[in-house]
Amino acid sequence: MLNQLTISELTARLSKREVSSREAVQACLDRIQNVDGKIHAFISYDAADALAQADAADKLLAGSGANADRLLLGVPVAIKDVLAVKGHRLNCGSKILGNFVSPYDATAIQKLKAAGAIVFGRLNMDEFAMGSSTENSAFGVTRNPWDTARIPGGSSGGSAAAVAADECIASLGTDTGGSIRQPAALCGVVGMKPTYGRISRYGLVAFASSLDQIGPFTKSVRDTALLLEAMSGVDACDSTSVPQPVPHYAANLEGGVKGLKLGLPKEYMIGGLDAEVKQAVDAAVKQLEKLGAEIVEVSLPHTDYAVATYYIIATAEASANLARFDGVRYCARVDGADPIEMYGKTRGAGFGPEVKRRIILGTYVLSSGYYDAYYLRAQKVRTLIRNDFLEAFKKVDAIVTPTSPTAAFKIGEKSDDPLQMYLSDIFTISCNLAGICGLSLPCGFTKSPKLPIGLQLLGKPFGEETILKIAHAYEQSTGWHKEKPPLA
Amino acid sequence: MAAAEIDVKYVAHLARIALSPDEEKKLSSQLGNILSYIEKLKQADVSGVEPTAHAFPLVNVTRPDEVRPSMSNEDALRNAPAKANGLFIVPKIVE
Repeated sequence: MLNQLTISELTARLSKREVSSREAVQACLDRIQNVDGKIHAFISYDAADALAQADAADKLLAGSGANADRLLLGVPVAIKDVLAVKGHRLNCGSKILGNFVSPYDATAIQKLKAAGAIVFGRLNMDEFAMGSSTENSAFGVTRNPWDTARIPGGSSGGSAAAVAADECIASLGTDTGGSIRQPAALCGVVGMKPTYGRISRYGLVAFASSLDQIGPFTKSVRDTALLLEAMSGVDACDSTSVPQPVPHYAANLEGGVKGLKLGLPKEYMIGGLDAEVKQAVDAAVKQLEKLGAEIVEVSLPHTDYAVATYYIIATAEASANLARFDGVRYCARVDGADPIEMYGKTRGAGFGPEVKRRIILGTYVLSSGYYDAYYLRAQKVRTLIRNDFLEAFKKVDAIVTPTSPTAAFKIGEKSDDPLQMYLSDIFTISCNLAGICGLSLPCGFTKSPKLPIGLQLLGKPFGEETILKIAHAYEQSTGWHKEKPPLA
Repeated sequence: MAAAEIDVKYVAHLARIALSPDEEKKLSSQLGNILSYIEKLKQADVSGVEPTAHAFPLVNVTRPDEVRPSMSNEDALRNAPAKANGLFIVPKIVE
C-alpha cells in the first residue's frame, strides 16, 4: 500500500515512474477515510487540493526537466494546525480564530513546496500548542492508533498519530517543551526537534518564542534527515534563525557509532520512570554499546528545576504572544461596548481552559512586583540548565534518555490535574530551555497493552548530524520501526 | 518568597480575559498548586548567573532600511471581523 511507504521508498518509485504521486496521495486519502473516524488525527483536509498538487508533481516527474533539487517531489506531507499554509484554514486547535484562512505560507512550508512536497491537511493539536495529550483541542480528542482509549501525546498528537496510522507519508509538528518528541515516542514514530534557530519560525503561530521549533514526524530516521535538510536555513523573516550552513543530512547517515561517547544522565533514571520504559531504554543502551558506542555517566545537576523554569518562561512568553488574539484584526469577535470589553469577551469565549490558565500564570510572573522573583530568576536557572548540557557535551557526543516516563496513558487520566500533566514532560523540557537538538525514535513496546516506547537522543547545538547518525545505526539494527498499529 | 496567592481577578483584567466566577475559583486553586511547585526554584543558587533570554543569542540582526514588498491591504483585511474602506472597524475608543 503506497501510504505505508517512507519518503525514500516513495521518491525512489516515483522517480522510476513505477507509481504516480496521484496514486500515493489517493492511497493516503483512502486510508484517512477508513481510519480517521477512529483516531481523529485530522481536523480537516482538502482532498481536491491535494490531488491537484499531486497532478502538478506528476507533470514535473514526467517532464524532461531536472528534479534533483526537489528532494520531496510528489510526497504528501500533512501539517500541524499551527503552521500557516496559504489558502488553508489556520486554527491552532482553538475556537478563537474562527474561520481564519492564512494569507501566506510559513517559510518552512514554502521550502517544502519548493522541494516538491504535497502539503495537505490540518492536523489536530492541543490548543496553541499547550498540552501533552491533545486533550486540549477545541476540535476533539485525537486517539493513539495503538490503543484508541489512550492519548497520542501532545501537543502534536495529530501529527504523530497520522504518521503512525499511515494516513500520510510524513507530517510536521512543533516542539516547545517536547511536543514533537513525546507524541513520537507514544505513537512509535520518529520525531525531531532541531536546534533552536535551525528552522525559521516565520509562519509558526508563536507560543513561546525562545523555545518553539518546527520539526518532522516520519517513519524512518532517513526521512527525518530529508525533511530537516529541506526546511533548514537562515531566514530574513525570522531574526532568531541562525546563519549556520545546512549540511546534506541524509547523505551523512551511515557513519555508525564506533568511537562515539554517549552520556547517560544519572538524574534521569529515577523513580516515576515506568519499569517497562526503563527496561526498554536499558536494552537500547546495551544495543548501542554492542554497535560500538562508549557509554559514559554524566550529570545534569539542575534537572530538577527544569519543569518549574519552563512553566514560568513559556507561560510568560505565551502571555505576550497570545495578546494579539483580541478580535480586532481577526478572531471570532464577541462585541463589547468598548475595545477593552471586546477583548475580554472575545478571549473569554474563544480560549480554552488550559490556554487561559497559562496566560494568567504568565501574566502574573511578569507583573510588577513579581518579575524579579519569578521570571528573572527562571531565566537565570535557564542559564544553569543550559550550562549543564554544554559541560556534558565536553565529555560526550550525545546524551541518551527515555523520551517519556511512561507509555501512553488513558484519555482523561491526567486531564484534571494540570501539574501531573506538566510533570510528564520531565525528560523533554530541558532540551528546549538549553536550545539544543533532540529526537525520539522507537525502542520497544510495553507488554500488555502493546504500546510504543521512545528513546531520546540529545545533541549539541547544531549537532543534528551526530544524533541522526546514532539514531540511524540503532534503527537499522532493530525491527521496531517496521511494526504497525493494529488498526483496521 | 512565600507561596503567594494569585489575585486571579486582577491578573485576568491585565490579560484582558473575562472569566466567569466559576473559572476564577477553579483557576485560583489550580494556579495555587502550580505556584507552590514553582517555589522550588528558590533553592537554586543563581548568584552571579546571567539570565538567558535566548538559547543562541544573535546580536544586531538587521537588514538594509529599504522598502520591500509586503502583504496587500486586501490580504490583511481578509479575516477581519468587521471592515470598511480598507480599515478594521472596532468599538469606539474615545468619546
